Amino acid sequence: MASTTSPTLPRALPPSRLPSISPLSFTVLVVVGALFLVSMGQVAPSPEKLANGLPRMAELVGRMLPPNTDPGFLQRMGWRILETLQIALVGTVFGVVISLPMGWLAARGISPLGAFRHFPRALISLFRTVPDLVWALLFVSTLGLGAVAGTMTIVVDTIGFCGRFFAEAMEEADKKPQEALHAIGANRVTVLCGAILPDVMPTLINSSLFALEKAVRASVVLGLVGAGGIGQELKVAFDLFQYRNASAIILAIFIIVLAMEFLTDRLRAKFQ
Amino acid sequence: MERVPTEHVPVPPLAGLRPANTGNPPIGPLVKPPAPVLAPQIIGARGLAKTYPNGQAVFAGVDLDIRADQRVALIGSNGAGKSTLLKCLIGLLPSTHGEITTLGERFLAAPNAAQLTRLRRQIGFVFQNHGLVGRQSVLTNVIQGKLGLPGSWRAWHHALARQEWREEAMAVLAEVRLADKASARADQLSGGQAQRVAIARALIRRPRLLIADEPAASLDPAVGRDIMRIFSELARDHGITLVYTTHDMQHALDYSDRIVALKDGKVHFDRPTTRVSLRDMDGVFHG
Repeated sequence: MASTTSPTLPRALPPSRLPSISPLSFTVLVVVGALFLVSMGQVAPSPEKLANGLPRMAELVGRMLPPNTDPGFLQRMGWRILETLQIALVGTVFGVVISLPMGWLAARGISPLGAFRHFPRALISLFRTVPDLVWALLFVSTLGLGAVAGTMTIVVDTIGFCGRFFAEAMEEADKKPQEALHAIGANRVTVLCGAILPDVMPTLINSSLFALEKAVRASVVLGLVGAGGIGQELKVAFDLFQYRNASAIILAIFIIVLAMEFLTDRLRAKFQ
Repeated sequence: MERVPTEHVPVPPLAGLRPANTGNPPIGPLVKPPAPVLAPQIIGARGLAKTYPNGQAVFAGVDLDIRADQRVALIGSNGAGKSTLLKCLIGLLPSTHGEITTLGERFLAAPNAAQLTRLRRQIGFVFQNHGLVGRQSVLTNVIQGKLGLPGSWRAWHHALARQEWREEAMAVLAEVRLADKASARADQLSGGQAQRVAIARALIRRPRLLIADEPAASLDPAVGRDIMRIFSELARDHGITLVYTTHDMQHALDYSDRIVALKDGKVHFDRPTTRVSLRDMDGVFHG
């Protein structure tokens, strides 16, 4: 009988258990590890420091309790909370509305500015990278103390946040409907309104709701630098050692942020 | 690339070009019998060639003469250059060589902006992937077919569109048997229904020329035949010239008056469908 042996295949070895690492990657890993260890020694809390701080923390919490429920104080706090929510809402709405054209102008492959789209993109990056408290300081210096400075801060902060997400969402929008409309001679604005925005609407709504949630948290602390809202009341309470007032404000902030997260979660689920 | 001035060649209206049937008897032997009148030219191409910037030649020496009311199937295997030729003929892609006259617009390489605008206003497009906006209603998608026409800036949503356009959209949806789906979202339609909406979107432009790039390629065979039949019948009923690409031999044989076959960058044959055999077709794809 004729033999039917198949040609001998080269013996295949299984891949290594550990991923191979280049000398450069290894060096970077060592440098980062060393930097972390040095930093930890300098800025991380030591166990002794934590142990010494705990009794002081307990004492402070004791002075904070019970939270102040004086009707006069609660009424004043209520007005400040309302102002905080107004700053967040107005700032977010203005920010989202401005972010739409900014995102469009900055989006790769969609922007009518071509290579000049880097200018709106750089502006959005500037708005995003400078922290909101720094913007608040700038607006307090230029517009004066109060809620207007806070609102402007939230507007700028929202453009930095939403502008980037809106631009990325538009870049990832389905290209086929856009091509179909361009082929029949639709202009850029009608393609934006008719094809791009409907396609990315869930992302736009999600980003806007995240921006609102973020704005509520941010507007709470803007008062610390004089930009209006409940934060201003919190600063006064700590400055004057009115810890029971401070605990009532912190509790109110907690409830506001929790309520806002609950609300935005529900809205996000609805618009999916 | 050679360049010559482009010009607009007026095309007479369709109705005026047919030999008029007056019902009168012939006048007499001295009167010359009327010469056969050709339907007006819709697409004319002479010595057309296309080479990509990387030097790859797609086709060369293509001559075409497509007349009004014809239904032309452009066939060829994958990569034969069917879609590229189609895009060159309507000015969506620049050709490398040759002269094109489409819907009376004569141009070399690519039409100028004014010519392109005039061309687009007379052409309806249907793409393989239908290109509908998924999160918009069927009615909005159909009305968007009006975009690019004069005064169409409101046509990006049905709620903003003119009432007569809304009614026209419902009429074309009825023609593709989808009037009951007007409020449905486009991404909830089946592939065949979506392609019918795309046909309605093309028809609402009242085009003189309907261009379809592999309109049934992504559909199952039965739905694909249905789509091709709707296409073909609507084009005939509305007096629209239909040019479509396909690599389905049966679609080409069943739903066209004329078949143009591309092979190896040349026109392999260009004949009335009645004179094309399955063997001829086989030669395009396998010979």
